[in-house]
Amino acid sequence: MSFLDLDERLVELAGKIDLVYSPLADVKVFPADVDVTLVEGAITNSENEEMARLIRKNSRIVIAFGDCATTGNVTAMRNSVPLADVQKRSYIDLADKNPRIPDDHINLAQLLTTAHPLHEMIKIDAWLHGCPPTADEIWFALTELLEGRMPVLPPQYMKYG
Amino acid sequence: MPVVTFSIDGEQYSATEGENILEIARDHKIHIPTLCFLDGLSTLGACRLCLVEIEGTPKLFPACTTKPTEGMVIRTNTDRLKKYRKMIVEMLASEGNHQCAVCIVNGHCELQDLAYEVGLDHVRFPYLYPDKSLDATHKDFVMDRNRCVLCTRCVRVCHEVEAAHVWDIAGRGINCEIIADMNQPWGTSPSCTSCGKCVRVCPTGALFEKGAAVGEMHKERGFVKFIVNARKKREWVRVAPEDE
Repeated sequence: MSFLDLDERLVELAGKIDLVYSPLADVKVFPADVDVTLVEGAITNSENEEMARLIRKNSRIVIAFGDCATTGNVTAMRNSVPLADVQKRSYIDLADKNPRIPDDHINLAQLLTTAHPLHEMIKIDAWLHGCPPTADEIWFALTELLEGRMPVLPPQYMKYG
Repeated sequence: MPVVTFSIDGEQYSATEGENILEIARDHKIHIPTLCFLDGLSTLGACRLCLVEIEGTPKLFPACTTKPTEGMVIRTNTDRLKKYRKMIVEMLASEGNHQCAVCIVNGHCELQDLAYEVGLDHVRFPYLYPDKSLDATHKDFVMDRNRCVLCTRCVRVCHEVEAAHVWDIAGRGINCEIIADMNQPWGTSPSCTSCGKCVRVCPTGALFEKGAAVGEMHKERGFVKFIVNARKKREWVRVAPEDE
């Protein structure tokens, strides 16, 4: 959603890029031969991991987009607690009804033992910070990419949290 | 008092014998990053962020505990030092559980500022996710060991300024942690005067006041210099906030 904070700059951007995949676009399969992919969020389950590897395979440049993608952030807070205890707390102790750990359900992705920042699983080319990244930071990165440079955040755009 | 002359980053300086490199650099507006150092407290050389190069030896020296000698050639900002400083911040990040987005000092944190200063775009070392405890037994304050960087400012201010010596370090290596009195809940400490000095000097959100939300807590660190100056020199001069 912070991407939409680019406001009128989105119009300028739209003339320069083709948006081929996004959570907001009605595209079911991640396409091949993508120039740049911005990936938000940490890798916490088997589906995330599969998607991250597909994105890496099909993209020339992969950018970690925001604190969760870069550091694990809040999603990694469970990492110092054993997975079984996390699941017991969430699905048994705090359940209103039908307490059950849903790990035997074939349609649900399996939680990984720990949540991972993206660069622990796939090669990342550049990192954006912030929870969420600011519009100016995103715009800096996009304009650098459009100029053919890999964005390296200058101190004024670095902002964890 | 004898005076020594030496060079820092190619410029000639002189200082009274006994001053450390960090003090001299600050007097001349030469920036050296620090974390465990705090004006008014004893120097420790623990965090290693203020390491400098001295010509003639491959060793690196902490600026806060090293005194220049006659003719010494000191460098404060070489590529090697920048590389090590970045690694130090990365190790601090990977050894704790630092989530800025949900931290009480988000935006007012010295560890965050250091991360920006060294250009920490991501942490190359594996995160360790240590199982650390949180002590909320004190009536006014909380100690969250997940956010502690073991700078020992709390230990020193409590011992040297408040003279209560509540805090100490227990354990070794990765298991090091700050403990109250005989490793007991802070709220049961008979020696704690609840003065709050430790909370105010803490560089991160490890020590904080109860009742504040994410990003709400501002630390005030200049008071230590004020108290120490007042005691030693009988000078009752408030440090202006921008000098802190």
